[in-house]
Amino acid sequence: MLSDRFRAKNENSRKVFLVTFLPPTIWLILFLFAPVLIIVVYSFSQKVGLINIEVNWVMDNYWRAADPLYLKIFAKSFYIAGTTTFLCLVISFPVVLAITKIRQNWKLIILVLLMLPFWINLLIRTYALIAVLRTRGFLNSGFEWIAAHLGLRFEPVQFLYNDTAIIIGLVYIHLPFMILPIYAGLEGFDETLKQAAEDLGSSSMQVYRHIVFPLIRPSVFAGCMLVFIPALGSYLTPELLGGTDGQLIANVIERQFKHANDWPFGAALSMVLIYVTCGVIAVWLLVAKRKKS
Amino acid sequence: MTTFKNKRFSRRGFLAGTGMLAAGISLPSSLLKASGSSTLNFYNWDTYIGETTLSDFKSSSGIDVKMDLFSDNDELFGKLRAGNPGYDLIVPSSDFVERMIIADMLSPLDNNAIPNRVNVEPTFLEVGFDPGRRYSLPYMWGTMGIGYRKSKVDGTPDSWKWLLDSSKYRGKIALLSEAGDVLGAAFKYMGHPLNTTDPKIITQAEQLLIKQKPNIKVFAPDNGQDLLLSGEVDLAMEWNGDILQVMEEDPDISYVVPKEGSVVWEDALAIPKGAPNPKNAHKFINFLLGAEAGAAIAEFIQYATPNVAAKKLMPEEYKNNPAIFPSDTTLKSCEASIYKGEEAVRLYDEAWTRVLAA
Repeated sequence: MLSDRFRAKNENSRKVFLVTFLPPTIWLILFLFAPVLIIVVYSFSQKVGLINIEVNWVMDNYWRAADPLYLKIFAKSFYIAGTTTFLCLVISFPVVLAITKIRQNWKLIILVLLMLPFWINLLIRTYALIAVLRTRGFLNSGFEWIAAHLGLRFEPVQFLYNDTAIIIGLVYIHLPFMILPIYAGLEGFDETLKQAAEDLGSSSMQVYRHIVFPLIRPSVFAGCMLVFIPALGSYLTPELLGGTDGQLIANVIERQFKHANDWPFGAALSMVLIYVTCGVIAVWLLVAKRKKS
Repeated sequence: MTTFKNKRFSRRGFLAGTGMLAAGISLPSSLLKASGSSTLNFYNWDTYIGETTLSDFKSSSGIDVKMDLFSDNDELFGKLRAGNPGYDLIVPSSDFVERMIIADMLSPLDNNAIPNRVNVEPTFLEVGFDPGRRYSLPYMWGTMGIGYRKSKVDGTPDSWKWLLDSSKYRGKIALLSEAGDVLGAAFKYMGHPLNTTDPKIITQAEQLLIKQKPNIKVFAPDNGQDLLLSGEVDLAMEWNGDILQVMEEDPDISYVVPKEGSVVWEDALAIPKGAPNPKNAHKFINFLLGAEAGAAIAEFIQYATPNVAAKKLMPEEYKNNPAIFPSDTTLKSCEASIYKGEEAVRLYDEAWTRVLAA
């Protein structure tokens, strides 16, 4: 009797488990693992004629990707994504601190304002940024107006079509991805810890260095990943805001799948990007772990 | 996944083996609604048909045209390369017509079902990319050239020199961003054929572009006309139709085909293999090549029509607009872009990647 009931309960929880976890698992397999697997297979293939791809497990595409030409573009993409992440981090901290300090009902409004841009398509936001930054854009007109009032001569600044423009665009798009996790980390922060440290004679600088930062490190790490990885694969922003040398690796990959019509090579470049990204994260985690111990 | 045991299989087989994944992604949802014998699935460029063309066709033939839009040839080619997802009529440009013929993606046309073929200007019936016009008929044509702001440029910049080999307009130049277009212009400037595949000449063009890069503001992905209109640049390499649009908004903008010659492009009507309603597609091609329908389209989109009967119905300012119909001498210096083979496509792309990375 008891064991029957136990079995029934067990059966029930297995059903619950299946119902809860099966759909996401199937989803993941169908729409994440399988497509990535297809890309892996393509990356070891060769194209034959115009549309056929022969899977013959060759490394040619990877050797080609190791050409200094492409390594240089990889390096540049990492530089741009790294700078973007760093700037997002530097900007986010004061913003988050300010948000945690203000009154509760204002907090909500500020957070909604932060999320609001997500409701607008990326392409439209990028075009809006172009309208702000271009030679006769809002920013230059504003400067011109101020200069005219001060009686100064003003030459329009070339904000657009260079690497700075790409970084401005990427920071603008990715800032909320840094702010929100750090905010979540700081918001749940136990204030008594800070008070305890202060009671024991720490200056506020010391409190942040020794208490706050180490405890919110996971949120900062999450924010950095949320910014770094999409920035590394960004394609639209460099295409629209970048100058004559604005191509990042995603733009090269896009060309392989479209105009250059070389899917296997594009797949190999994509895979290299995935390998390198995973490598960077692994090293990062290892360093963080060693520091802790 | 049984196909994985097979070491060699084609992409088509691969897709079939891995299920509906890739096919599912490229299947446009709107197509699922249009089936049956009185429908037609038309895959066209954006703003590339008359305002009432589709409804006119429906009232004359009873056929419901469902139109999907693509933004460039690569998208069109990408969607059809894994098999036709259900389109009856497509509008590829000249070199892509050739690519699709080579890849066995097009069905031959039945000329008996298209009596209005007689309306096509004879020069358009003899083209290199589709000998004898077995697979395609012309829809619209035009040129690539230089759009410029008259008040900021000395005289008429009727040479590629001002874009590719001079610092006179430093920082005020936008070029297109596709390898074939930019390299093609460089070939013409250096006196070579547009469709050069000689690696030495490709390298020379690459060096010319790298040398010119500091003077170029941006390689614009088909928005050169907007940059010109907003004053960001004063000279833009662009397609004539795009510049014509902004010429209407700003009389200070003009268009010229460089004297060294350029690209003359053509978008063609073709029926992809596996089309569900090929009969309706023939009827629609015949309708589009008719005088009134052709004129209504040309009137609305302002591109050059290869349809003699339609052109006759058009006003003088359309027929005499040099930005739409360049002079015969200019046209003689222009060439159509052809498919250059996969080897050359790769050479072009690598040269272009080096230009951008330099």
